Amino acid sequence: MASRRQIASMKQSLFDQGYLDEQFIQLEELQDDANPNFVEEIVTLYYRDSSRLISSMDQALERHPLEFNRLDTIMHQFKGSSSSIGAKKVKAECTLFREYCRAGNAEGCKRSFQQLKREYATLRKKLEAYFQLARQAGPHETACRPK
Amino acid sequence: MGHQVKGKSPAVAHTTAQKLKKDHTAKKEEDQFQRGSVWDHATMSNEFSSSRRDAFPAGLRVLVVDDDLTWLRILEKMLKKCSYEVTTCCLAKEALNLLRERKDGFDIVISDVNMPDMDVMSVDGETRRVMKGVQHGACDYLLKPIRMKELRNIWQHVFRKRMHEAREFGTVEGFDSILLTRNVSDHFDDGNFFAIEDMTSTKKRKDPDSKHDDKEFGDQSSTKKARVVWSVDLHQKFVKAVNQIGFDKVGPKKILDLMNVPWLTRDNVASHLQKYRLYLGRLQKDGDQSPSSSVIQHSLFPSKDPSGSFSFQNPAIRQQNDASVDSCRYSSGTLQLKNVDARGHEGDNIKRIASEAMIDKRTDMTGKTHDTKIRKSSQKGPNQSFAPPDSERNHATFDCTTPKWSELPEMHLNKHDSRIPLKDSFSQLPLHNTHHNIQVDQSQTNTSVSSNLSVIEGETAACIETRPLYADHKNAGSVSSIGSADTFSMQSRSSMLNDQSLEPISTSMKNQGLNLTCNSDLDLFPKNLLLGGEVASAPLEDLKSFWPLGEGYNVNSGLQNIEMPEYYDLGLIGEVPTYDTAD
Repeated sequence: MASRRQIASMKQSLFDQGYLDEQFIQLEELQDDANPNFVEEIVTLYYRDSSRLISSMDQALERHPLEFNRLDTIMHQFKGSSSSIGAKKVKAECTLFREYCRAGNAEGCKRSFQQLKREYATLRKKLEAYFQLARQAGPHETACRPK
Repeated sequence: MGHQVKGKSPAVAHTTAQKLKKDHTAKKEEDQFQRGSVWDHATMSNEFSSSRRDAFPAGLRVLVVDDDLTWLRILEKMLKKCSYEVTTCCLAKEALNLLRERKDGFDIVISDVNMPDMDVMSVDGETRRVMKGVQHGACDYLLKPIRMKELRNIWQHVFRKRMHEAREFGTVEGFDSILLTRNVSDHFDDGNFFAIEDMTSTKKRKDPDSKHDDKEFGDQSSTKKARVVWSVDLHQKFVKAVNQIGFDKVGPKKILDLMNVPWLTRDNVASHLQKYRLYLGRLQKDGDQSPSSSVIQHSLFPSKDPSGSFSFQNPAIRQQNDASVDSCRYSSGTLQLKNVDARGHEGDNIKRIASEAMIDKRTDMTGKTHDTKIRKSSQKGPNQSFAPPDSERNHATFDCTTPKWSELPEMHLNKHDSRIPLKDSFSQLPLHNTHHNIQVDQSQTNTSVSSNLSVIEGETAACIETRPLYADHKNAGSVSSIGSADTFSMQSRSSMLNDQSLEPISTSMKNQGLNLTCNSDLDLFPKNLLLGGEVASAPLEDLKSFWPLGEGYNVNSGLQNIEMPEYYDLGLIGEVPTYDTAD
């Protein structure tokens, strides 16, 4: 059984390492009796919904020449979506990607997108681990603000 | 790519606006109905006491449109937490259908500006025009990530609109909806904007380019910010809360909670508090500067104002009067109401609320002066003397008309000075009657405050009687006090007293006692006495202990607290006059 301290420190590390931002706390604050697993629900929704954008992007990046406007549009959506859970690192990659996009830098876009996908996957793993731990300790833990 | 985004949003707006307009013209009956419902909701423009109003923001019908399912879900949750009635929708087309079918079904629409499924409908020639209209019509823009507190405020758009129509238009012209969008991506990298659409809008905005609709709000760009006008009632609540909490411990959040005004935001309060503190600080400062001994820092007599003017001065309101002493004629002054509320920028937040109101006030004072000269020194100098020998009768009327902003007060000040035989010094002169009659009439807002000040001074006795005259409005406060010799008795329903002003005159007067009595009969709220300076938050009870009552005064009903209805009152007492007894 995970201790509260473990959970708290795990969450804290997600913030400390820059994976998450304030938005995540906002989500936790929304969690209530009506939706005891609200944060997890949202994160799940995010990964399910954003995966289609990832696929769209993969396809769009296959094209020659690249349609930067389209890339940017997709990334814009993706970034907006990522902001919903406070995925800080992912968002940073989105920003970088869009800069390459505007600069017409195809290589930069592709590289950036690969990095983005890695961050995206990493965060997912970390959050899953976190939720798992939190579930063990009871619903209560997830609602705690990090220090 | 910014172009694509731009293209999309207008398409949504265009379609919606067009359809709604079409509906509007096609179904007049429905509009009538709609009108009725709008008015129904407009009850808040009546009294705060209505239960409906109390419940108002709760139950606000919100339609949320966003193609991002995650955000849609989050917004739904947030809005529900705000007790709003939420309908979600992830397709723009679907949203349009909903709006068509249930035209009066929503109070507000929150929509992502960037809806992919409207791509198809794309951009026609009118896009730019519509875009403009949309931008003008937008009441708010939210930037993701959206926070709860932003959503808590959205009802204000509805509220403001209703208030606006209620006072501006006797009739509602019908349903008018504008989709708000904004060109996001070019300027905001994060550009995930949400637009809020006020579905209760009844103002016609057929011509997107016309600005006249919003002229009362000034520039269009600033139109989108919610305004908070600190009305008398509101300020009273605020003061009450501050007192309750204790001046040292006050924080916007606490005040907000105590005030229990649903539509007020923490930021509104924070801003107001800041000004309030500044104001108190200034009073304090003024007090410190002057010798406490023989000087009454802030006298209750406006006429002795430093610059020979009757002036109210405080952070929020400033009134300046020019007075020519000899004739006792006061020209005009300005009343400025300024209420600026800026929400903190949190990096990605849009500053949204700001309000600023200005009132021009005309002051007209006429009076009979019998060989009376009033000398006014700007800073309260210890030796301020009243040259006016015999008696003087001043009648001052302040008339301030507030043009557009209905919430702004129209003031009527009536000052009545009767017989003030003042010789070199206040204390030495036998004062018979001084009557200050201040009438504040806010016709537009239905607030009127009037007070009557009268001072009688015997050899050493000083008596100030403040009596508020009425008011057409419950806001009006009445102040009246009767003091006997050596006593200052003041009763003011709304007043902020600087502690300095309450200080007994020790110099030439003996047995100076201070008596404060407040009568707040007209007010619904419990009154608090606010004292500047150290006493700032002292409840009346405490006050009593500070200043033992001299003789009887309690004029009107019981002692309550003194409260300031509004800034001008504060200013009146705080900054104006000072008088000296010494010499």
